[in-house]
Amino acid sequence: MTEEDKLLEEVTSAEYKYGFVTDIDSDTIKNGLNEDVIRLISSKKNEPEWLLEWRLEGFKKFKELVEPEWANVHYKKPDLQAISYYSAPKPKKKLASLDEVDPELLKTFEKLGISLDEQKMLTGVAVDIVVDSVSVATSFKAKLGELGIIFCSISEAIQEHPELVQKYLGTVVPQTDNYYAALNSAVFTDGSFCYIPKGTRCPMELSTYFRINQAGTGQFERTLLIADEGSYVSYLEGCTAPSRDENQLHAAVVELIALDEAEIKYSTVQNWYPGNKEGIGGVFNFVTKRGICHKSAKISWTQVETGSAVTWKYPSCILKGDNSIGEFFSVAVTNNFQQADTGTKMIHIGKNTKSTIISKGIAAGKSNSSYRGLVKIMKGATNARNFSQCDSLLMGDKSGSHTFPYIEVKNKSARIEHEATTSKIGEDQLFYCNQRGIGTDAAIGLIVNGYCKDVLNQLPMEFAVEAQKLLSLSLEGSVG
Amino acid sequence: MLKIKDLKVEIEGKEIIKGLSLEINKGEVHAIMGPNGAGKSTLSAVIAGRDEYVVTGGSIEFEGENLMDMVPEDRAHAGVFLSFQYPVEIPGVSVTNFIKTALNESRKARGLEAMPAKDMLKLMREKQALLEMDKQFMSRSLNEGFSGGEKKRNEIFQMAILDPKLSILDETDSGLDIDALRIVANGVNKLKNKDNAVMIITHYQRLLDHIIPDFVHVLYDGKIVKSGDKNLALELEEKGYDWIKKEIEA
Repeated sequence: MTEEDKLLEEVTSAEYKYGFVTDIDSDTIKNGLNEDVIRLISSKKNEPEWLLEWRLEGFKKFKELVEPEWANVHYKKPDLQAISYYSAPKPKKKLASLDEVDPELLKTFEKLGISLDEQKMLTGVAVDIVVDSVSVATSFKAKLGELGIIFCSISEAIQEHPELVQKYLGTVVPQTDNYYAALNSAVFTDGSFCYIPKGTRCPMELSTYFRINQAGTGQFERTLLIADEGSYVSYLEGCTAPSRDENQLHAAVVELIALDEAEIKYSTVQNWYPGNKEGIGGVFNFVTKRGICHKSAKISWTQVETGSAVTWKYPSCILKGDNSIGEFFSVAVTNNFQQADTGTKMIHIGKNTKSTIISKGIAAGKSNSSYRGLVKIMKGATNARNFSQCDSLLMGDKSGSHTFPYIEVKNKSARIEHEATTSKIGEDQLFYCNQRGIGTDAAIGLIVNGYCKDVLNQLPMEFAVEAQKLLSLSLEGSVG
Repeated sequence: MLKIKDLKVEIEGKEIIKGLSLEINKGEVHAIMGPNGAGKSTLSAVIAGRDEYVVTGGSIEFEGENLMDMVPEDRAHAGVFLSFQYPVEIPGVSVTNFIKTALNESRKARGLEAMPAKDMLKLMREKQALLEMDKQFMSRSLNEGFSGGEKKRNEIFQMAILDPKLSILDETDSGLDIDALRIVANGVNKLKNKDNAVMIITHYQRLLDHIIPDFVHVLYDGKIVKSGDKNLALELEEKGYDWIKKEIEA
C-alpha cells in the first residue's frame, strides 16, 4: 500500500464527529406542503396580513417552477410533501436568560464546544441561537440596543420592526428568484434579522449558530441584514448538525443590503452532517445568498464549507452603486460521497466597481467539488475590475474537481483576470512532514490549512481557529 | 548509535543497495562519498523511512531499536533527522508554523507539553542567528521561492531546533555558494557535540573542508568499498572515482 492509498483510506474512514441527537420535546405540525400549511405557519407566528400574502405569492411561483438540474450534483430529489414545515422546541415561553434554556439543549451546545457563557465572556460575541425554528436565546441585546443596532430573530423583527422587514424583505432575493428561494419564501419559519443604523460601527462580531435538530424537519431560514449608510458589521454564521439516516433539506435565503458607503463582512463555517462513508444520509444544502451594494459600499462573503451531502450555494454580490466592492473567499471541502457545486456571482452595474474571487476546493474520497462562478459586467459598468482565482486540491485518485467560470462583458473598459490551478497533496510533502516528526493526519491538516490560508485569513480570529480545526477534522481519520 | 548490517534495498524491483554495513557511534562524523547512482541518497531515504524503498535483507538498528519497525515520524521522534537534498515547498505554511508544529509533535511523542510561546520564540531567535537568517525569512511559506542556499540553511535551521541525535545531510553542499556553504557548515559544527552524530552524504571534498569527518566511506554500486579517515576524501578528490572503480575491478 502506498502512502497515498493509506491516506485515502484514513480520510475515507473519518466519521462525522458531531453525530448525536438531542432529545427535546418538539411541537411539530403534520407533514405536507399546501396553502393551508403556509396559513398555519403564518398564524402560528402571528404574522401580519401582508406577509401571509407575500408567502402565498412565493408559493404560487414555486408551484410553477421546477427543481434546477444544471448543477454538477446528483441526488434523489427530496419529497417535499414528506416534510413537516414547522417544528419548535417546547417550552415556548420567552426566555430572559440562559438558565431558562432547556438543559438538554445546553448539553448539545457543550458537546459542540459552543458554550454560550464562554462565548459571551471570552469573545464578546453576541449569539442568537436558532435550534430548529425558534430562537431560544439572544444575548448582548441590551448593549447593541444602546447603539440602535437591532439583532434578533426574523420572527421577532416581523413583530417589532415590521416597517423595516416590509421595506427590505425580498428586495435582493425575490420570492420568485428560484425554486428553493420560492419555497423558502413560502414556508420560512425563522432566521436572523440585523439592522445597523447610519454611521454606526457594530462593536462586536454578530454570530448565529444554526442547527437542524428534529428528524424529518427541513429548515428554511431567512436572514435579512441591513447596513445603513456608512455603517459596518461583521456577521458570523456557523453550524453543525446531528447524524441522520434520511436526507434533510436545508433551503435558506440570506439577503444583505449595504447602503451607501456601508460595509458588510459575512462569514460562514458550514458543517452540516455530510452523510456516512457509504454516502447514506446527510443534509441537502440549497442556499440562496445574495447582497446588494449601493454607492461605495462593500460586501465580503467568506465561507468554509466542510459539511452537507449536497451543497448548492452561490453567495453573490450585485454591485449596483458606483465604486462598490464585492468579495468572495471560499474553502469547500468534500469527502466520501459529498458533492458541492458552489461559487459566486459578481454583477457589476455601477462604474468603477471591483470584485475579487478566491476559491479553494478540496476533494477527497469519492467526492466531487465544483466551482461555478459568474462575472457579469453590465453596459454602464465603466472601469469594472475583477480578479478570480480558483484552485483545486485533489486527494487520492477517486475524487473529482471541476471549474465552471462564466464571464459576460458588455463594457469594453472592463478588466478581468482569471487564474486556476489544480494540484494534489504529494507524497513528497507528506514524507517531508513525517520526517520532521509530523504524523500524516497532522501533516494533511497543516498542508490543507496552508493551501487555504488566503481564505482563512479573511475570517475573524476566533472563527479562523475553529475553521482550521474543522478543516483538519474533516480530513483526518484518527481524530475523535 | 546506528548499526546497519548487510542492508539490501530495492526500488521497483531494482536492487540499489547490495549488502551494506555501517556503524556510527555518538560523537562521530561520517562522510559517505561516491559517484552518482551509487546508492547514497537511497541509503538516507531508507534510514528516514521512505516507503517506496523495499528492504529485502539486513537490519538497521538505532539506539538498540529496530528502525525498520518504526514509521517515519517515530524515527524522527527517536532522533533521526534528514536534511533533504531537495526540500519540498509547502505553500501557505510559514517556516515558523512548520517548525513549531514539528517541535511540538516531537514533544508530544515524548510526553511533553507544547513549548510555551515565549521559549519557542527565544529558541527560534537563537537558531536564526546561528544560521544568519533574517526575520522576514520566518514568515515566508516553507521553501516557496527560496534560493538553493536558503533552502539548505532552512534545513539546518530545523535541525538546530529539533536537536536530533543523528543528522543525515544529503548533499547539503549542492547548490550552495561559498558564503552559504560556510554558514551551513558553521551551523553544523556548532550543533555537533559528544552525544550526537552526523552523517554527511556528498560528492565532493569541499564541505569536508569545513566539517571535518572522523571517517570517510566510499559507496560504490550499493556497497561500501573503502573506508578511511579524512585523507581518503582528499585522495578521492585528487584521483577521482575512476581510481576506486579500477581498484575494485582489479
